[in-house]
Amino acid sequence: MRQFIQGIAENNHYQATHLLQILRQIQSRYHYIPEAAIEQLSAALSIPRTQIISVIEFYSFFHLAPRGQYELLISDSITDHMLGKKSLIDYLANKLGVVVGAVREDGVVSLDNTSCTGMCDQGPAGLVNGYALTRLDRPGIDKIVALINQQKPLDEWPGELFQVDDNIYKSGLLLNRQIEHGVALKSALKRGIKETLKEIDNSGLRGRGGAGFKTATKWQFCSEEQQTERYVVCNADEGEPGTFKDRVLLNSYADQVFEGMTVCAAIIGAKQGFLYLRGEYLHLHDKLQSILEQRRQNGLLGSNILGEGLDFDIEICLGAGAYICGEESALIESMEGKAGIPRNRPPYPVTQGYLGKPTVVNNVETFLAAAGIAVNGGDWFANIGTEKSKGTKILSISGDCAHPGIYEYPFGTTVQTVLNDCGADDVLGVQVGGPSGTFISNQEFDRKLAFEDLATGGSFIVFNASRNILDMVHNFTHFFAHESCGFCTPCRVGTSLLQKQLDKIIEGHGSAGDVVALEELCQLVKNYSHCGLGQTAANPILTTLERYPDLYQSRLKEISYEPGFDLDGALETARRMANRYDAGAHLAQLEVNEHE
Amino acid sequence: MANKIRVATTSLAGCFGCHMSFLDIDERMLQLVEVVEFDRSPITDIEHCTNCDIGLIEGGVCNSENVHVLREFRNNCKILVAVGACAINGGLPAMRNHIPLEECLNEAYLDGIGVENPQIPSDIELPLLLDQVRPIHEVVKIDYFLPGCPPSADVFWKFLTDLIEGREPSLPYELVHYD
Repeated sequence: MRQFIQGIAENNHYQATHLLQILRQIQSRYHYIPEAAIEQLSAALSIPRTQIISVIEFYSFFHLAPRGQYELLISDSITDHMLGKKSLIDYLANKLGVVVGAVREDGVVSLDNTSCTGMCDQGPAGLVNGYALTRLDRPGIDKIVALINQQKPLDEWPGELFQVDDNIYKSGLLLNRQIEHGVALKSALKRGIKETLKEIDNSGLRGRGGAGFKTATKWQFCSEEQQTERYVVCNADEGEPGTFKDRVLLNSYADQVFEGMTVCAAIIGAKQGFLYLRGEYLHLHDKLQSILEQRRQNGLLGSNILGEGLDFDIEICLGAGAYICGEESALIESMEGKAGIPRNRPPYPVTQGYLGKPTVVNNVETFLAAAGIAVNGGDWFANIGTEKSKGTKILSISGDCAHPGIYEYPFGTTVQTVLNDCGADDVLGVQVGGPSGTFISNQEFDRKLAFEDLATGGSFIVFNASRNILDMVHNFTHFFAHESCGFCTPCRVGTSLLQKQLDKIIEGHGSAGDVVALEELCQLVKNYSHCGLGQTAANPILTTLERYPDLYQSRLKEISYEPGFDLDGALETARRMANRYDAGAHLAQLEVNEHE
Repeated sequence: MANKIRVATTSLAGCFGCHMSFLDIDERMLQLVEVVEFDRSPITDIEHCTNCDIGLIEGGVCNSENVHVLREFRNNCKILVAVGACAINGGLPAMRNHIPLEECLNEAYLDGIGVENPQIPSDIELPLLLDQVRPIHEVVKIDYFLPGCPPSADVFWKFLTDLIEGREPSLPYELVHYD
């Protein structure tokens, strides 16, 4: 092991910023991070061992105790649940002879849940040793169980288990036509760098990750910074449950995305770029590396690009299972080899980003659009959409519809149009923008997709009338409690309290004051949290509470109060140990039953 | 005398530190008893409470007796108040929540150093321990929370005088910041 770790450290030039990438390799080889490895890395990278441990504990894909040689993770997204995930994982656990969350006694396999893996249009989905599994069903699971029990290496597993489809059902401005490699760059250089930034400005392009900051303004700010060492980062940490468009863009439009990054680099004067790829998209890694290599050979990356004296290269950083790293400053922390805890902003990344240097962080789709604009000009883009939201938006549609997949629409399209196209009927409501977004009811389908009405990073989950809204709220609220980075108290404690209070009501232990208490808690978490995660973690409850108050009220009991936990059950251990079976050794759940 | 405001107090899984802090209102106690009459409380030694206006609860819920006492207070007090860190969060006694109850009992009564005649106490007079120490608001409805470990005498004074004079109680920042 010493030699193995020495080798990785050397390949990573003993850079502590590469800690995540180093730990990924160790985890993949040993299925955990052994204590000896931590000691050795601490010396090799000159960082304290506690810092390494904090990183291991922070990311879901790193473990201090051994996992199975086959690490199976099943996606816990609401869309997977809608496709029967619960019964599948029970079936899988039973067949494998392992408890969910544990390692089988022989150490061969471990099974657990994981947050949405971005396969919502082809779930139920999972990961085996980091590689995406799609369309899981019982026959597929039988196959997987047999392969694991025979201890077949992953590269001998049948390809269909790992088959990931694009499922593009509707293309528009961006998806219709791929630009030829190098054309965006050539057009930008021919037109002139300043003029190209002007075109992007004229296009009205706003960030596609959800926040919608104007792209040209961000790039301009960065280019005006005093520091000349600058960076371009493409945020492909697509963790919002129900979003998977970036996976498709990187699978089929990666050249154009890289080209957009290169145009950005030319404009802001960056020499180095990064693609931060979420760990769940490991299956794309090798393909993307070879595209980058191809671009280097074609003179589109590297030094003296296109003979124009431009130097720029792109490195891929893989994440390790942390939703919060989609927040740009957390993402930068993660790129620096640290736990993904959001920074205080300001300063914003454009002034102090990666390694404290000016950095542009944009979504995959933003770079794709920027490349298109570099070729076709600002008007091409600005002529489509609404006044405040120009161009098109690529949606990831999943849930109860005939054709879940990728759809590109001009901004201003109504929800009803989208529902008609994807073949959704008998619709109860739609979760727009993922758990952190908004739930809209079937009374609001004339609302429009646009920054000024329904802003979305692209997640669009359809629920039909057979679904229970509280199941969805339950799933989302637990998701946030799991993904809270733990830095600030309102979010760390608040998301857990939200989960507890919601469960109390859903499980039928709630009474008169409990919904009010829930709402007060929501406001506290929303208003006092450090970053967007906490500020939006209460949205699933708040948006549904506003629309369906009766749904919550109907779960309440007509009593003043009931504990949210099994009171008598809490005495079980003491009862057993003291051998007490008298009436005094029990507690009634409700005090009205008790007369002293 | 009949119109005096009736107050009951008790300590569940607490250390009586909150009660001690309450007594620190010192000579103001004389002012208080002008308008207040104490029902069940360590001060009076009354065993069970009857109809009261205000109930002050110190300490969290660690055993079945705590649950019974808490319910008695809830049934008899118009306003029930969680007093201090243990009542609000479980506090120090809740540190055992990280250790399974079975291990705690084994250590205390069977395997611990110096234990003679090892056995788990078992008598119908003895309340059973809950597997976790709970804040009191998880067991009954609580109307107000007085933070602090313990809340200072001024916190008690401000809170009670507000209530007694018919104001919505509010604690100024100076009374609830601790650094």
